[in-house]
Amino acid sequence: MIPATPELLKTADGRPLREALVAAQARSKRRAFLLVFPLLVFVLLTFLIPIGYMLKRSVEHDGLSKSSPTLTEWFHANPEFDHMNPPEGAFAALVTDLAQMQADKNTGMAGTRINYTVPGSISLFKKGAREAGDMQPPFKEAMLKLDPAWGEPALWYGMESAASKWTTDFYLVAADRKLTATGWERGDDKQRIYLYLFFKTFLVSGIITLICMVLAFPVAHLLAVLPMSKSSLLMILVLLPFWTSLLVRTTAWIALLQEQGIVNDALVALGVVSNEGRLSMMYNMTGTIVAMTHVLLPFMILPLYSVMRVIPPSYARAARSLGATSWTTFRRIYLPQTLPGIAAGSLLVFILAVGYYITPALVGGAEGQLISNLISFHMSKSNWSLAAALAAMLLAAILLLYWIYDQLVGIDRLKLG
Amino acid sequence: MKKILILSTALTGFAFAANADVTVMSWGGAYGEAQTEAHVKPWAAASGNAAIMVDSDNPATNVKAMVEAGNVTVDVASLEYADAIRLCDEGMLEPIDAASLPAGNDGVAATEDFLEGAITECGVSTDIWANVYGYDTTKFAGDAPTTAADFFDLEKFPGKRGLKKGAKAVLEFALMGDGVPPAEVYAVLSTPEGVDRAFAKLDSIKSEVVWWEAGAQPPQLLADGEVVMATAFNGRLFAAAINEGKPFQIVWDGQIYENELYVVPKGAPNKELAMEFIRYATSTDGLRAQAQQISYGPARKSSMATELLFKDGKTVMAPHLPTAPENLANALLSSADFWVDKDAELNERFQAWLAQ
Repeated sequence: MIPATPELLKTADGRPLREALVAAQARSKRRAFLLVFPLLVFVLLTFLIPIGYMLKRSVEHDGLSKSSPTLTEWFHANPEFDHMNPPEGAFAALVTDLAQMQADKNTGMAGTRINYTVPGSISLFKKGAREAGDMQPPFKEAMLKLDPAWGEPALWYGMESAASKWTTDFYLVAADRKLTATGWERGDDKQRIYLYLFFKTFLVSGIITLICMVLAFPVAHLLAVLPMSKSSLLMILVLLPFWTSLLVRTTAWIALLQEQGIVNDALVALGVVSNEGRLSMMYNMTGTIVAMTHVLLPFMILPLYSVMRVIPPSYARAARSLGATSWTTFRRIYLPQTLPGIAAGSLLVFILAVGYYITPALVGGAEGQLISNLISFHMSKSNWSLAAALAAMLLAAILLLYWIYDQLVGIDRLKLG
Repeated sequence: MKKILILSTALTGFAFAANADVTVMSWGGAYGEAQTEAHVKPWAAASGNAAIMVDSDNPATNVKAMVEAGNVTVDVASLEYADAIRLCDEGMLEPIDAASLPAGNDGVAATEDFLEGAITECGVSTDIWANVYGYDTTKFAGDAPTTAADFFDLEKFPGKRGLKKGAKAVLEFALMGDGVPPAEVYAVLSTPEGVDRAFAKLDSIKSEVVWWEAGAQPPQLLADGEVVMATAFNGRLFAAAINEGKPFQIVWDGQIYENELYVVPKGAPNKELAMEFIRYATSTDGLRAQAQQISYGPARKSSMATELLFKDGKTVMAPHLPTAPENLANALLSSADFWVDKDAELNERFQAWLAQ
């Protein structure tokens, strides 16, 4: 028999049970939050803020806009001017700003900003600023006499774009576009490099991931089925590279694989190849793939191992006893159960490979360059905005892949160990 | 005992913080060590101020970051010439008054004593280093390479070449190897045809090149027998030959040399002391002391007035320096003006060419 109006459940001290539960849960939630709070602050400070800052860098540069208020104003007032033949007013504004830059001693800021899209502008601005103070109108004539480059349409497109602090210029450069007399266009074949390197980076990372998978699978399986005493010993061998410096491992590969290296010496001694026909395995794509595969292999073995260890052997035995061949058992019973490990390892290895820098730099030679090497080049040359734009594109590409992966495999099936 | 330990740790920590009257940032390695021994330690001893040296992969990047963030912790930095010019133009460095630099030991005014281009608006040269090429003497029994053109002559001198992976110094070297006189190199390289010509010359040896990225690589490539000749920073080849007794010979024909500059970042915590340090380090004796540590040439004429010996006490330095008259016979002064404008553009072209 159920009462029509159920009496509220109460705790021993007379409070309604629901209320007491909510209070208790809130307390434990608070405690849990306090526990993760340090990590949250850490991630925020060392990860999210720098990435946000980097993204901001890729669309922001005030090199010209800060030091050229008159020119900026002129661009605002004349949005439809003729780039092929800018009027006197534009040159007058330019001369005013150049003279001010010379007085403030910051010509380089504006020159550097324009140089990113129009090479040769740093010295142009320097020369212009030195003379601007003594110039008499008409300014257009005077500037063109000083250097005809001041009349280049590409330069005016570049300055117009740089007059705003916010810009997409760096993304355009990163997409192999060039400023020409008619605005942004596809760069010529001799200059285009970034999109090709993006493509190559993803291709190489894919190959490495595949090789890692093929190599890691049997090792992980062996680790999972061997008795503990033996598998721990093997595990140490897998982990050993982790405890060695990355540089040491990379240079060790150089010593092994170079033309006068140990492997080639051994092959020559065994008579497999002649002394003149030594194999080129270093300073090319082969070297990059071998060294990177070696460095990244543990990241594939560990997730695979952790998944395989908990797969009950009884399933495979049951399949065999029901008449399945060993291949069918593997394909239909064992392999599907290792998928979360394969997925996790592949994602890990792929993402690490995409951002790899030092190994391709040292063993890559001419063909082993990846996009990260160019990002590093622009960092060291202080073109941080372009480096940031390239890095942001890399990040976007990885997020896209992650999304596709989530759609195909499902992120909840990921198992990292 | 524990108390004493804590106390002394705290004291050293305090002393360290209070001690950094002048912090110098340089490139580390043998180079940073040379500047520490020649400048930082003696200045600290002579002036009574404490000075420390910190290392960086490229001090220019750190200086830019510090000045932009408004948190400058370095008083003096050692920069490549083009970087110093660029940062100076961007208003990130303190101007240095050339008139305040001490006269040479022979009484000649600093502006006369320094070589051309060694004093700029914001920097004073600490040494002159060079991109040269060297070869392993045991690999060439008969004729040995002597000119820049020989580096590109695969018929006369077969074997792999080590070459720096980057446009700067490599394109100039290719043009000199193609017979362009040093005085015309930058004029030629400023034209599209000139750039094509340089790449065409590189094309002729592309299949035989091992590209290097770090300064330590070329001596190693030579020592391993991976290449028969390689371009390198001259100090690295010198160190391998003198310190380790490797059979390396430097070819000075077609060398590309440039000044390394001491600068003071804008907003340096101890600007006055930093200037004092630079005056000391770039004096006749200061530059001479550094050239005793590493084979980069002093930028003052007076520093080489008397015979200079390496720190081992027996190697005469003069023939090993980029500034020696016989080494300058066919040499190119690297142009900062050219490279601040063209670095990004030509490197994109270079990377695209590499990938072809």
